[in-house]
Amino acid sequence: MEFLNALADPAIPFLRYAFGAGILASLAFGIIGTYVVARRITYIAGAIAHCVLGGIGAGLYCQHKLGITWFGPLSGAIVAALLAAIIIGLVSLHASQREDTAIGALWAIGMAVGLLFIAKTPGYIEPMSYLFGNILLISKFDLWMVLVLDTLVVGIATLFYHKFLAVCFDEEYARLRGVRTDLYYLLLLCLTALTVVLLVRVVGIVMVIALLTLPAAVASNFAKGLWQMMVLATLFCIAFIASGLAISYSNDLPSGPTIIIIAGFAYLAASVFQHFRKNRGR
Amino acid sequence: MNTIGTQEAAIRIRDLNFAYNGTPILESVTLDIMARDSLCIVGPNGGGKTTLLKLILGLLKPDQGEIQVLGQTPEKSRLRIGYVPQYARYDPQFPVTVLNVVLMGRLDRIFCGAYAKTDREAAQTALEEMGLADLGGRLFSEISGGQRQRVLIARALAAEGELLILDEPTANIDAASEEHLFEVLGKLNERLTVMLVTHDVGFASKFFKSIVCVNRQVVLHPTSELTGDLIRNMYGGDIRMIRHDHRCSPEGHCNHGIS
Repeated sequence: MEFLNALADPAIPFLRYAFGAGILASLAFGIIGTYVVARRITYIAGAIAHCVLGGIGAGLYCQHKLGITWFGPLSGAIVAALLAAIIIGLVSLHASQREDTAIGALWAIGMAVGLLFIAKTPGYIEPMSYLFGNILLISKFDLWMVLVLDTLVVGIATLFYHKFLAVCFDEEYARLRGVRTDLYYLLLLCLTALTVVLLVRVVGIVMVIALLTLPAAVASNFAKGLWQMMVLATLFCIAFIASGLAISYSNDLPSGPTIIIIAGFAYLAASVFQHFRKNRGR
Repeated sequence: MNTIGTQEAAIRIRDLNFAYNGTPILESVTLDIMARDSLCIVGPNGGGKTTLLKLILGLLKPDQGEIQVLGQTPEKSRLRIGYVPQYARYDPQFPVTVLNVVLMGRLDRIFCGAYAKTDREAAQTALEEMGLADLGGRLFSEISGGQRQRVLIARALAAEGELLILDEPTANIDAASEEHLFEVLGKLNERLTVMLVTHDVGFASKFFKSIVCVNRQVVLHPTSELTGDLIRNMYGGDIRMIRHDHRCSPEGHCNHGIS
């Protein structure tokens, strides 16, 4: 197949990097996406993802205008994502009312900050590539970065699996069993933030949230328990990214939207399948 | 684990006041609950039942007064309480197995990684005690309401506490499940103090040794004396008892009914 040849072609390394980053990131996406879907915090994850643009803008500005070479868009994205996770986490823990308003505000402010920074950064920078992803931007360094973040996210999420499970299922009960639920909730949001950063380059800020939640949502139709849902979500995520990259490459389509459309169709198909299965069981 | 004698107070509350946003919810509450007691907390909705429960669990702090649970502050004795929340508040789609729910009762015993063998054995024993030995591998969302209620009790038992607190356990379960529930609670009451919150007082006197009426004030009654005062306390304010004897004269019901 054309796509497999292209993967092996030394002249187009970015496709290999994108493919590798997608496969590696799928592990974090499957695990964290499962927590996000089970805990029903998709909206919060969306806000964190959009705040990443603020960090990317700040990173670009620092690098190109201030000449701070070590603080680039990726470092900016990580800092902004973590900061957004902590602020949103504290808001959702302490503001009992109008939580959604505060989160919505942060969502927009994060993006606004990013666009202002990008506007004031010398040289032409295309915000579209950050918003919707551009696999041409992926370097070998990014691949290493994904590997490091992946290890961190998967390591912490597996190590504290039972704590996260309890905090997601029944926060009050977990607290009564002596678990510092606030800390675990914030930690979960921080892991979500890091996961979102992993694939911003491949699918972009706007669509990364779909890749976080759709594989887990599809998996939830077949999974028995959270563990199975994580494994299935990871496999679905790999399938969506691999097929999306292949189709986008052979048809000269942008990779991000192609991947998301495939994930969306799979979600729709799984929902319809589940609907009929339930009705037949009745 | 130390066992308390029957004479010792499991819960001691002194002059407790609690207000929410300036509205008093509980006023000058003084209450002693003895170990191995079986008591029912009743009262009208909004009367402060849930607040009292949360104060005992240490989820809320009193504005004034003092609470001691098992001889310590509620925060410190928390781990010695088996708490059974209402099952209806759970996300019906959450993918978690019954065994994993029960294991949450042992959550304080692990920091990270997997549960120890002793924890899994304790969870299995608790499931067996609730008559759910074969259900461990099933999804919590797949089983019936009555079974879910029992799973939550098994989770509280797996925690091996000395005090069992149940919040509205009879809501949304059928009569057969309810009967089974009280059978089990009767057995557990031989070794635990059992405390149950309900707004449904019809059955209350069958199983309970005491009834605590909560309607801003808190009053404890032994169940032997079911008087007009007690009934007024349960339902809040003066109410008319509906008579089902139906000896109607053409003018309607007799005028000298109980009020």
